[in-house]
Amino acid sequence: MFKEAQITANDILSSAKAARLQIRCNVHESLVEAIYTDAARIADRAVNRPGDEPRFDLDRTIDRLVTSRTWGFPIMLLLFTLVFWITISGANVPSGWLFSLFIDVIYPSLKNAAEALALPWWLSGFLIDGVYLSTAWVISVMLPPMAIFFPLFTLLEDFGYLPRVAFNLDNFFKKSGAHGKQSLSMMMGFGCNAAGVVATRIIDSPRERLIAIITNNFSLCNGRWPTQILIATIFIGALVPAHVAGLISALSVVGVAIFGVLLTFAVSWALSRTWLKGEASTFSLELPPYRPPRILQTIYTSIIDRTIIVLWRAVIFAMPAGAFIWLISNINISGISIAAHMIDFLNPFGLLLGLNGVILLAYVVAIPANEIVIPSILMLTVMVAGLTNISPGAGVIFELDSQADTLAVLNVGGWTLLTAINTMLFSLIHNPCSTTIYTIYKETGSRKWTIISTLLPLGMGIAVTFLVAQVWRLVEAIL
Amino acid sequence: MTTNEIKAAAPACDTCPFHHTANLMKLGVDMEDWDYVIALAGNPNTGKSTVFNALTGLHQHTGNWPGKTVTRAEGGFDYGEKRYKLVDLPGTYSLLSTTLDEEIARDFILFGQPDVTVVVVDATRLERNLNLVLQVLEITDRAVVCLNLMDEAQRHGFKVDDRRLARDLGVPVVPTVARYDKGMDKLLQAICDVATHRTICNPHRIQHLAPDLKQNVSQIAAQIKAVFPDLPNARWVALRLLDGDERIAEAIRQGELGDLTSGAPPDQSNLIHPIRLETV
Repeated sequence: MFKEAQITANDILSSAKAARLQIRCNVHESLVEAIYTDAARIADRAVNRPGDEPRFDLDRTIDRLVTSRTWGFPIMLLLFTLVFWITISGANVPSGWLFSLFIDVIYPSLKNAAEALALPWWLSGFLIDGVYLSTAWVISVMLPPMAIFFPLFTLLEDFGYLPRVAFNLDNFFKKSGAHGKQSLSMMMGFGCNAAGVVATRIIDSPRERLIAIITNNFSLCNGRWPTQILIATIFIGALVPAHVAGLISALSVVGVAIFGVLLTFAVSWALSRTWLKGEASTFSLELPPYRPPRILQTIYTSIIDRTIIVLWRAVIFAMPAGAFIWLISNINISGISIAAHMIDFLNPFGLLLGLNGVILLAYVVAIPANEIVIPSILMLTVMVAGLTNISPGAGVIFELDSQADTLAVLNVGGWTLLTAINTMLFSLIHNPCSTTIYTIYKETGSRKWTIISTLLPLGMGIAVTFLVAQVWRLVEAIL
Repeated sequence: MTTNEIKAAAPACDTCPFHHTANLMKLGVDMEDWDYVIALAGNPNTGKSTVFNALTGLHQHTGNWPGKTVTRAEGGFDYGEKRYKLVDLPGTYSLLSTTLDEEIARDFILFGQPDVTVVVVDATRLERNLNLVLQVLEITDRAVVCLNLMDEAQRHGFKVDDRRLARDLGVPVVPTVARYDKGMDKLLQAICDVATHRTICNPHRIQHLAPDLKQNVSQIAAQIKAVFPDLPNARWVALRLLDGDERIAEAIRQGELGDLTSGAPPDQSNLIHPIRLETV
């Protein structure tokens, strides 16, 4: 034995080292085995099971259905289509209420108040037509769908469905050289890409996490759903008889979303064979028991935690964007507004992509928040075409009362079916919004990967829309 | 084995509220104005975040999928005129291997020396959950087991004898249904009792080691005891050394383990890994 005074920390280490050489059994295995034996014994004594198992195990039956090879994917599609359908159709009415409150009631009274106070036209224009209207538009368009979508999504999550989705998609991600947990961050991305990027923290391997971060942008986020829905409704829905128009436009939106998922796989595959080479790591995913969600609590927390936070972010970005649009539309250089100069400059390139200068400028203005793409497009189109009878004034972000009016404005702007399709595609495939870019920078801590995540989808979007436009025009010329 | 012995007087160091302040600060815990620090450990998807919310009144988002808590969350609550800081650790199945989550949880329980470690356990998967409990009990003897999801155990048609479990584990076991706030008052009482030394735990220590290993463990544990007489988990440290755990060997070399027992500020140059404190 040692004497106490003589033992030092190093003695402990060296005798541990000596003992390690001397011990014949595998220490780790022996330890794990001992833990398992003790745990099994204690659990056995404490748990009292009745004689026979319940005859019908609901959880297992559900699992067999939702993860089956045949039914897994149809059920997945059906559930998500259902969620989106409820979101789209349920949000219309409250959106209309909010819109008429903000635009028909508050807007005129603000204008009257400004007149009563004898504010100069540029101040009331800047504050009310720029800042106020853009904020009002974002709230009335975003709040209702988010207040429906986030709780529904959270309910699915709490019920325990998401791990099953991950289970179903795992094989695809593995084949793409990515981590199976990427399906979870992808799902979060359908709500908000910034949240999706944060959710990639569940992936341990840096390589696979980067893939998940870069491809998260291909999950159509909440800010882009309104663009997709509106364009699909007025252009694609118009191609078919009225009684199927709703279904067809809903399906075309779902189609764009699925295209985004396919792009996720394709880009993950390409990245894991080039810049981010490596094997997909394995992980164990526990399929948790189904738990009946606490509906009221879920709605409360998802509205507080997600809806309000995301909405607040949109409002903060919409205010300066509205002010910016108002300014560039009202400040003239050599007789033409700055906005018109920019549109003229972007137009040739836009037409090459089957888009136009207005759309490109709108995407530049909307970098802070994708939500304001459509109002920016409408406002800029009206301004360029000089449709003074529709717009409340130059540089005012507005939404038209009916889809027919919107179509009329877009037709004046030279929109065709190709413009519509490419606008939907470009909305799916372009740079992430500034919040997401900032989040990517915070999460990766790398300028290089932030730039790649920003420019890769932008480049792809330009390539895809260019190709579609060329093929489209070729086919048109032949026909 | 009794869990409710009343200890006459605790050593002065142990009862001081800022006993392990320096270590906790090193692990990134804001140490202002807390009487006790409580760690919340458990397997993934056992309702740790729900327990966290129920205790703190916060609304950290919970979800029915493993790995939901991607960052460590902190909150606080008052109970019996004392202030408690609650730290929600990442969910892990074990504390043995080397994933980052397991290391964060292990380091916090070992080096942070929380006053009480609450292990949230899924009553429907007791055996697997006990693997983690037994490992926690090797590291700390101040623990409370929160036997959660008791409603689901009932739904699946079996009973869990919490008193038997408490006797076998040597720590308080509180059955709860955190989602419906059931049993939370009893859990608070148990946490308070352990924190204030009203309950002295006598935790189960792993028994069925291979004889060969057992002998070596006790030898090295004796040496560790000689160098760090106040260390509560010499046997576990010995086991880790024999398993070749470099992190623990480093802690011995640097004298970090000694710092734990004396309460002296540890060497800052040996920072484990900074844990960023953010809530999503």
